[in-house]
Amino acid sequence: MKTADHKLRVLVGKVGLDGHDRGVKIVAQALRDAGVEVIYLGIHNTPEEVVSAALQEDVDAIGLSIHSAAHVTLFRDVLRLLKKNRAHKIVVFGGGIVPRADMRALKKMGVKKIFPPGTPLEEIVSFVRSIQPRHADIEA
Amino acid sequence: MDPTRKTFKSLSGIEIKELYTPADLADHDYDNDLGLPGQFPFTRGVYRTMYRGRLWTMRQFAGFGTAQETNERYRYLLERGNTGLSVAFDMPTLMGYDSDHPRAKGEVGKCGVAIDSLADMETLFRDIPLDQVSVSMTINGPAIVLFAMYLAVAEKQGVDFSSLRGTLQNDILKEYIAQKEWICPPAPSLKLIVDTIRFCVESAPRYHPISISGYHIREAGSTAVQELAFTLYDGLTYVQAAVEAGLKVDDFAPRLSFFFNAHNDFFEEVAKYRAARRLWAREMDKRYRPAKPASLALRFHAQTAGCALTAQQPYNNIVRVTLQALAAVLGGAQSLHTNSLDETLALPTENAVKIALRTQQIIAHESGVINTVDPLGGSYYVESLTGRLEAEARAYFDKLDEMGGMVRAIELGFPQREIQQAALRYQKEVEAKERIIVGVNAFTESQDDSVPILKIGPATERRQVKALRERKRKRDAKKLGRALAELARAAERNEYLMPPILEAVRREATVGEICDILRKVYGEYRETVSL
Repeated sequence: MKTADHKLRVLVGKVGLDGHDRGVKIVAQALRDAGVEVIYLGIHNTPEEVVSAALQEDVDAIGLSIHSAAHVTLFRDVLRLLKKNRAHKIVVFGGGIVPRADMRALKKMGVKKIFPPGTPLEEIVSFVRSIQPRHADIEA
Repeated sequence: MDPTRKTFKSLSGIEIKELYTPADLADHDYDNDLGLPGQFPFTRGVYRTMYRGRLWTMRQFAGFGTAQETNERYRYLLERGNTGLSVAFDMPTLMGYDSDHPRAKGEVGKCGVAIDSLADMETLFRDIPLDQVSVSMTINGPAIVLFAMYLAVAEKQGVDFSSLRGTLQNDILKEYIAQKEWICPPAPSLKLIVDTIRFCVESAPRYHPISISGYHIREAGSTAVQELAFTLYDGLTYVQAAVEAGLKVDDFAPRLSFFFNAHNDFFEEVAKYRAARRLWAREMDKRYRPAKPASLALRFHAQTAGCALTAQQPYNNIVRVTLQALAAVLGGAQSLHTNSLDETLALPTENAVKIALRTQQIIAHESGVINTVDPLGGSYYVESLTGRLEAEARAYFDKLDEMGGMVRAIELGFPQREIQQAALRYQKEVEAKERIIVGVNAFTESQDDSVPILKIGPATERRQVKALRERKRKRDAKKLGRALAELARAAERNEYLMPPILEAVRREATVGEICDILRKVYGEYRETVSL
């Protein structure tokens, strides 16, 4: 499968009510600098708003930041809504203040990866680059 | 350390010289630039005897789960020598939603305490006499509502408003700039703030109606200079709004308080607090010419930098917090919160918060730093840096004046962009290892120590929502309806809103019900997203 021609599209933003957007903006900028097409959704989004934007923008992945400890509920809702819309192939990842035990729970639920505070940007960029664009096989 | 390193920079990027000598203070004038503590321009401190007269207030910020759980944590802290309280509200409360609002799902009691109505507030302060403990409340968009609930609890405790001591954060400008928990647009938000200031002038003269905050600006990635400049300029904006509303500067300026970050660069932080006092005194004097010296004195609370904590090797955070807290004390703080070692993972456990409190007590009682006032005053380096920070902040003042004030600057995205660029610059320095963070980009371990975690389960939300619905059913619908209608009427005419909001909370109107009226009448703030 060739992916070089297809630009990876990633939706990045915050879900829930917390407004701590320092990290998510830096990650969005780093992905953009690395040639990823980033749709930046901003703060205070509900899971419904996230999924609806992801479908509309036809993205390959969704990266969500949460610092309010509501991660389990909100990620579960995002995954459920993706599944309901037959869009469960969209890769979901995230970052923020997440205790280790919850990281395991989120992974089990279907979140591909959670990046804790202090993660080098390089690690996030290389993770995103390893995602296969969903339409690459059709377009090739 | 790299022996070829040619430049040394402060955390904020200020180049630091190898040595500072009297030549660096050639323009310095002791009486004009420093003076005595307790006197203009207050560089050396706001009180003559500082900590010899009274220690700073040890005020740990706390709140989680239900009001009952948080009340227990408050009593735990007070029993261990905490000398003031500080309420952390959960996200729905900060945004003015009730616990049963769809947007509150998953967030109730998670990163603060869930408060829906007067009954929750009463539980929060059960067995805590409000005339004896000073209480700070971190609440902004709905500040006037939570303040009214606090007043209503005081009434129920039989405490006169005039004996209430404490602080309402009530600083919406830094929300638009950095922290991003808001309800209404700037103009009506400033009006609500002026209403609370007016109430305190008239009825609660020992209470601080606002805490003008740089903490969140710094956490969002600003430099020390930006923190200093934007915070003080926000302060001037509130003073202007209150004066325009007809309040006299000497009636309220002595009750303004400030809140700063205590970050890693020790001397830069000490210089920042000293520069803040001098700059505020000089600007207030120049712009408003108050008669009372107290109107020029900047009093502040400090909190150690949350963003400086690391999830890696978390026990190292105890050492970071100690250094940051020491900087706040040497900088003359009136009140201090020390972060707990586990706060990059979750809200702190009892044991972690106890270590954080003990850190303050060790600084106060064992280190000897309280024995004299402003012990770093006169250091060639510290005085030079204090002057540099003041000058650079003043340059931002000029820019903001030119733009037409802070509200206009926020609309233009100016402070937001400045902070974002500083955050990105810092991150790049960390990635390039130009800045070393122990345990993160150097001296790493393959397996970090695991620490116990405070867990707040989904049962909290279910309990809170159930209790809210039960209480809603038991209210006197007629009296409540009248109070809410009166509030809506007063808001539409843009009248003084403290009395109708106080009446509504007495009738057990919820945070969400009152904020819905504010949203309807004044509109909701929307951020223009920029990256």
